Amino acid sequence: MARICTLSEAIEENVRDGDSIAMEGFTHLIPYAAGHEIIRQDRKELFLIRMTPDLIYDQLIGVGAARGMKFSWGGNPGVGSLHRFRDAVENQWPRPLEIEEHSHAAMANAYEAGAANLPFAMLRGYIGADLAKVNPNIKSITCPFTGEVLAAVPSIRPDVSIIHAQRADRKGNVLIEGISGVQKEAVLAAKRSIVTVEEIVDELNPPSPNAVVLPTWAVSSVVHVPGGAFPSYAHGYYPRSNAFYIAWDRIARDRDSFTAWIKEHVRGGKPEDFARHVGKRSAKAA
Amino acid sequence: MSIEFTPTEMMTIAAARALTNDDVCFVGIGAPSAACNVARLTHAPDITLIYESGTIGTKPDVLPLSIGDGELCDTALCTVSVPEMFRYWLQGGRITTGFLGGAQIDRFANLNTTVVGDYDKPNVRLPGGGGAPEIASNCGQIYITMALNKRGFVDHLDFITSMGHGEGGNHRARLGMKTKGPTRVITDLCIFEPDAVTRELTVVSIHPGVIRATIEENCGWPVLFAETVTETPAPTTVEISVLRDINARTKKAHEAA
Repeated sequence: MARICTLSEAIEENVRDGDSIAMEGFTHLIPYAAGHEIIRQDRKELFLIRMTPDLIYDQLIGVGAARGMKFSWGGNPGVGSLHRFRDAVENQWPRPLEIEEHSHAAMANAYEAGAANLPFAMLRGYIGADLAKVNPNIKSITCPFTGEVLAAVPSIRPDVSIIHAQRADRKGNVLIEGISGVQKEAVLAAKRSIVTVEEIVDELNPPSPNAVVLPTWAVSSVVHVPGGAFPSYAHGYYPRSNAFYIAWDRIARDRDSFTAWIKEHVRGGKPEDFARHVGKRSAKAA
Repeated sequence: MSIEFTPTEMMTIAAARALTNDDVCFVGIGAPSAACNVARLTHAPDITLIYESGTIGTKPDVLPLSIGDGELCDTALCTVSVPEMFRYWLQGGRITTGFLGGAQIDRFANLNTTVVGDYDKPNVRLPGGGGAPEIASNCGQIYITMALNKRGFVDHLDFITSMGHGEGGNHRARLGMKTKGPTRVITDLCIFEPDAVTRELTVVSIHPGVIRATIEENCGWPVLFAETVTETPAPTTVEISVLRDINARTKKAHEAA
């Protein structure tokens, strides 16, 4: 059974120094509030896992919380670079970052293999691509039936996975709607998991018998954090703040302005601050 | 009647024309996304657009800033998980056309979006491959669109993020690939297609008002021209107004939230 608790308690109980941690959400439902709480609790030596590191990991890398990162696309979508990520890789600031780089297909397969309790994933991938030359975790396997050579990568088994979702009921069953990315797989692949949600309701009432639902007994902690995915979005609740993603380029380009932003908005902030973003309903969601 | 247009508008419209109603197209973000949606709003209303976030048959009213904007899901026929997207739909061989952009390209249409310089000590760390390595190998064919300049069109790639025609000739077939790879590269000055035998990119069409010397000056390798080079038809008034309208709606939407 998931424990319904505060964000501070959930991070305290589930995220430890040195953990491998997957905070997923494919552009949609990125658990920003949880990322900020990890920074406030000063977690160290984390190994970050995420297909698209996005701003959430730019922030964790920039404060020096990460020793390494496994990823497949490290940009600010539609805007340009993740400057803190680039500074870490190009100049080792604020510390060196060990990287393990894959393709999206390999990461998606690796999460699914993790959820399926398999040691590795295979795919028809990386053909003629140089990543296979620089990442020793990309290997090959020969099909025992046809002889075809396929790419193989280790499954992803995080110590802890964190996602954001629309709703949970009071027992801690979770409903995810819209672009669901690899969140279900990330939770089922992990030893421990936290789900932050927009709302906790009496009855979950999934809109379809095929809805994406995580039963309470598959989740460690559920936390009510309205607005917790801002500046990404929560389908049906508030739109993506493309304006903030554009503004981040300027904030994160410079070490001092980044550090000042973290001090003011993260270290000086609290989970409840995210709720103010919920009012901005998109035309489609309203 | 002739209408004024920019090289970038010509590029997007020439790229859009490459697509047909029957295509099932895996759409990259940025220039490819603009081209695919102009195609859908002009001559190919029934085209199926797929974004790697899992949205199938999407019909966005404004261009997405990210690959997973809510607009894509709101207007899609259905939305599947990312593992399903890459396993069943892309690797499953259901996508006819992949539309990619890139930071750098070489004469065999290999793309680099990973690093400039040494991988372990890069001069410039780029975002990386994302979906591109498997889009490039698993889609029936690939279209690429990017502006022609010496920073992008280089003699030698430091890193091959996604393979086009590799070393040229039958390199793809030698690696067991059954898909066509890049069949057209649409730039702001001209259109390239790979030579039938060597697979080296060859200019087949030049945009109105552009001369060969300008193409040669902006490309990092000695440019090959096909025996017959045509002039790309100028944008029509419908094409240009559809493109400008969607760009205006997009700018307004992205600045709002």
